[in-house]
Amino acid sequence: MNDTPHAQLADWTRGEAGIALQGCTACGHAWYFRREFCPACGAGSPRSMPAAGGGTVAALTLVHRAPDDAFRAEVPYALVLVELDEGVRVMAHGNPDLVIGDAVQVSFRLIAGRLLPHFSRA
Amino acid sequence: MSFVLGSGLTRFGRHEGRTTLDLMADASTLALADAGLSRGDIDGLVCGYATTMPHIMLATVFAEHFGIRPDYAHAVQVGGATGFAMVMLAHLLVESGAANRVLVVGGENRMTGQTRDASIQALAQAGHARYEVPLGATIPAYYGLVASHYMHAFGSTESDFAELAVLMRRHAAAHPGAQFREPISVDEVLASRPIATPLKILDCCPVSDGACAVIVGREPGLHPPVRIRSAAQVHRFQHITAAPDLTRYGAAECTAKALAAAGRTLDDIECAAVYDSFTVTLALLLEEIGLAPRGRSGVLAREGYFSRDGRMPLNLHGGLLSYGHCGVAGAMAHLADTHLQMTGRAAGRQAPRAGVALLHGDGGVLSSHVSLVLEAA
Repeated sequence: MNDTPHAQLADWTRGEAGIALQGCTACGHAWYFRREFCPACGAGSPRSMPAAGGGTVAALTLVHRAPDDAFRAEVPYALVLVELDEGVRVMAHGNPDLVIGDAVQVSFRLIAGRLLPHFSRA
Repeated sequence: MSFVLGSGLTRFGRHEGRTTLDLMADASTLALADAGLSRGDIDGLVCGYATTMPHIMLATVFAEHFGIRPDYAHAVQVGGATGFAMVMLAHLLVESGAANRVLVVGGENRMTGQTRDASIQALAQAGHARYEVPLGATIPAYYGLVASHYMHAFGSTESDFAELAVLMRRHAAAHPGAQFREPISVDEVLASRPIATPLKILDCCPVSDGACAVIVGREPGLHPPVRIRSAAQVHRFQHITAAPDLTRYGAAECTAKALAAAGRTLDDIECAAVYDSFTVTLALLLEEIGLAPRGRSGVLAREGYFSRDGRMPLNLHGGLLSYGHCGVAGAMAHLADTHLQMTGRAAGRQAPRAGVALLHGDGGVLSSHVSLVLEAA
């Protein structure tokens, strides 16, 4: 895993084609939601690392009732929870034919006007 | 020690033109009348929140509006768990001596006070603003994810979930205040419009207007005493993406704490009221708590186990799924009906045994848990 400053990592939440993770240099804990400290042990200065993009499907739902007009144009769309190989869970879009337990790989697609993570069978 | 002195529950559904404060006042008036108390008897006030009235001081706004001058008042926010968390706070306030009689009230014009999109978007904010909501996620989608994992782990089927919708509708049919009273079948649930698979519209609670209030006090009142024996909370995460375990969310841990504090076990419980925002919510909570074996709550429902005359009467007013869900007051309705049952005033809906009750609510996506143990003294 790289030791790249977070600001330089591709991060879909900023419109870029990547999933950015963080890891603790003190206790080794890895996590997804960005913060300036380790939520497990409280140590500061976590390192940032790009997710390799591989993982396993843990949950899947096909959304038929969208929250707004932008997503209404996309229904039905599949949302998935994926356990990444790095041991971190992420929520993303996915192919509707996925089933729990599938090995998957991420790509990034323009959905409802935003570049979003999308998983397909590896 | 504290007692439930009175309860007031409006019908749920459409209350055209009624505001959040109007509805809260309606339920408070009913609760005061039920307890035989007047405004001047109330020295504590605990409120929740309303998505149609996001005021930063809802409790004191309501105190002024309703005409009470409490020595203690503020609001509480833990999503769907708010109602029981408010009651837990009232219980602790009374036990500590900070207040003698606490009015606990929730209400909202969630159905007619905003558009359906606005309601869905407001609730979706329980998700992560940066990592979940921008994906087009909604509350039903989060619970659809939960349901898919649960079915995979324990073999539950969509028919099993549907049995719980049918049960709640059957209970609601007997209550004139329920939003939906027409009987439904498992086949109708399965054939209803998909929302977020495996959840269909009939697996989801409705959006309602309504209100509920209870009064918690130090001394028993007019009715046969109903004692709040214990209360407990568990909060282990906020977002489903960050849940430590997709099969154990904290409900079992929470009820175990409450039961231990009451000196009781699940075997002592005679009736239950469990949060049922979706059929899967109810199945998962019942089964994690141990009120049903894993994957078995639907079968038990079909066999009558959770019916009025069954071993464990459950949500006899029809629950969120059929009585309705207007936010904070949604789960409070479970308590109001439990209070009626425990004081023997549920008439044709009366459970034969309701001496010891377990109530459990969750907020967020199964992330915040509150349990209450009530006993007829």
